[in-house]
Formats: sequence, C-alpha cells, structure tokens
Amino acid sequence: MTIELENHIDPMLFPILEKVHDPEIPVLSIMDMGVVRFAQMINSVAQIKITPTYSGCPAMDVIGEDIVEAFAKENIEAKVSLVLSPAWTTDWITPRGRESLEEYGIAAPLEENADKEALLNNKRIVKCTNCGSVNTKLVSQFGSTACKALFKCEDCLEPFDYFKCLK
Amino acid sequence: MMKNENLVHYIYGIADNALILGQRLSELCGHGPSLETDIALTNMALDLLGQTRSYYQYAAQLLGDGKTEDDIAYLRIERQYKNVLLVEQPNKHFGYVITRQFFYDVFHLLLLQELQNSKDETLSAIAKKGIKEVSYHQRFSSDWMKRLGDGTEESRKKTQEAINDLWKFTDELFHMTEDDKQVFEAEIGVDVTTLKQLYNQRVKEVLEEATLTIPEIKWFQKGGKQGIHSEHMGYLLSDLQYMQRTYPNMKW
Ligand SMILES: [Zn+2]
Repeated sequence: MTIELENHIDPMLFPILEKVHDPEIPVLSIMDMGVVRFAQMINSVAQIKITPTYSGCPAMDVIGEDIVEAFAKENIEAKVSLVLSPAWTTDWITPRGRESLEEYGIAAPLEENADKEALLNNKRIVKCTNCGSVNTKLVSQFGSTACKALFKCEDCLEPFDYFKCLK
Repeated sequence: MMKNENLVHYIYGIADNALILGQRLSELCGHGPSLETDIALTNMALDLLGQTRSYYQYAAQLLGDGKTEDDIAYLRIERQYKNVLLVEQPNKHFGYVITRQFFYDVFHLLLLQELQNSKDETLSAIAKKGIKEVSYHQRFSSDWMKRLGDGTEESRKKTQEAINDLWKFTDELFHMTEDDKQVFEAEIGVDVTTLKQLYNQRVKEVLEEATLTIPEIKWFQKGGKQGIHSEHMGYLLSDLQYMQRTYPNMKW
C-alpha cells in the first residue's frame, strides 16, 4: 500500500519543515529530500513522521532534533517518530531538491537502469557537476556517506559525489 | 505456540549478526588497505549498525520492561548474544575480511528476501529496507572475491586460505534453534534450512569465477546461536561494551 505523501502533510506546517535541512547536505531541506511522511497538528502537538534514507544514516537523529527545535521557535511542541515502511527511495527527492544537489556539487541520481550501468558496468553517463562532461569515471561505490558514490571527471579532473539511485 | 520471548530471541539472532559484523568492520575504520575500501567497509558497518538499531528498538518494545536498544546492545553477557560464529571471526587480513563478508552477505540477502514476507509488519519493513543496502554489500564483496582470487599469486593464496578457514562456520547459518522454529510456525520467521541449496549455488558461482574452491569438509563448527562463542567474542565485547560498562547510562 502506498500512501499519498502530500495528503498527510498539513500545508500550514510546510514552511516550518522547509527550514530544516539535511545536516550532511545543507542545501537540501528535508521536504526536498522527501523524508517527511506525515505532519499534522493533533491536540496542539505537531506530530511528525520521518523515514530514514539509509538504516544507519546518522543524520536522522539530528534531523529529529532539528525539527523539534524549528517548531519550538514558533512556540509549537513537536513530536518526531521514525517510520520504516514504505522504504524511502531517491524518487522522493523533489525536482528542486535535485537541482540543489547539482548546484552543491553532488550529481543527482540517475534512473535505476542507468544507475546500474554507471556503477556496475563503468558506463560513462554520470554528468560532472563542475563542467558538465559525461567523460567521468567511477572511483568508489561508496563516497563520503553510504548514499553516495565517488566519481572523477576525466575532462576537468574534478572529483565529485554521485547520489546513488535507491529503489 | 510462539511466545513473546521466542520472538525477542529470534530478533536477537538476526540483529546480533548485524551488530557483531558491524563491530568487526568498524574496527577497520582508518585501517583499510586503501581509502576506497576503508570508506566502503565503514559504510557497510554503518548500514549494519543501522539495521541493528531498528531490530533492537523493536525488541525493546516487545520486552516492554523499560530496557532500551542500548541495554540490549551493550549490557548483555556473552552467552546472551545469539550471533553465528562466522561474524565474530577476527580481521586477519583484507582477504579474510572480504571472505567473511561474502559468506555472510550471500546468506543475509537470501534471509531478508524471505523475511520481507513476514506476517510481522515491523520485521517486514526492516527487511525491505535492508535488502537495498545488503544488495550493495553483496555486490562489493563478490567483486572483491573475484579480484582477489583471480588476482596475484599472493592474493589468491591468502583468499583460498581464508575460505578453507571460514567455510566451516557457514553451516551454522542454516541451523534452526527452538526459537526459530516457533517463530517460523507463527509465519513470522524464516525457515533458513530452505536457503542452503541456493546459498551453496551462489557461493560456488562466484568462487568459480574467482578460480577459488570450496573445501571438502564434513565437520562444521556451531555454537554461536546457542550463545557458545569462540575465544574471539570476549575481546570483541570488551571493546564494544567498554563505554557503557565504565560510565553506566552515559549518552552521546
Ligand atoms: Zn568535469
């Protein structure tokens, strides 16, 4: 069963949630990341449910604390809980989120098949975030965090992170 | 009839494997043979610890006696850990680490692919999430088995020795404890005995490509699932539990 994400997020709470950013990718709000699954005022308390990107993502604890803090600034009490199902996918990153990633220097995830070609068959299709060339080479399946792989551009020689497709 | 206690022990069985293997991998943080492998292994450790937390949080909820995930991770005694012997084996060298990882990853993925059909919604959700991560792990360790086996004389020799040493621990993965049986009967757990054939086949495929062989042995070592561990476990736990034992209830 898939739940329509938007239906469960009270638009009134949107601006507050927008202010919370992924601590490891500060350009990305948690809304653009697609990790907020539910946000409603229930008995004067903001009930927020977030889903982890990766099981061990250390950012989740910090995100939880940051949400509580962001609501406290508006004098609203917030309770944050973690939901595991349905599991997060990179498809939930919004178009604006993808743009922010690229501007920040992280190549946005390709669709599933292209992602496999790039990561497993060394196909040169990941676009360099510095010069736009696709003459790029996989350096490591894992980058600075579990969700990213490390690439190097063979034209401008810049190393960069690629956000791996997670389906 | 399955009791609450059976389910908690069943969860420990799966989670303890992830915790102990994660601990072994995190020992390598800053000590990997190259920057990439160092980062890859520590990221895998992080995935495993993340999965462990989800399982322990659920076990704590089932226990309902005020114990937390931290109590379960840090304050049990050796005999209460239900992990298989394979995952507690030490990091002798890179080929050894990769072989241990490969033997566990192949099993881990098969297990989670079955566990995702569990009647228990939480376990099913943790499994579904884990599958995505463990697929990466298996790809990483399989690739390295091939590189090492089909690599230099030295890498081949060391990896074959690691296989000869570690293969005896693989049979335990398919052993069903009393708790496992009860939880399987309740359609929550997995009958791991059914995974053995596919496991052997997958391992063989990769090893053949790597020009490595499975040793012909008849005797396999068991005990971890009953809490009877190898001599390495005590040292591992003293490292793992040090902070909580020295500063009780400390928090980050
Ligand atoms: Zn470039």
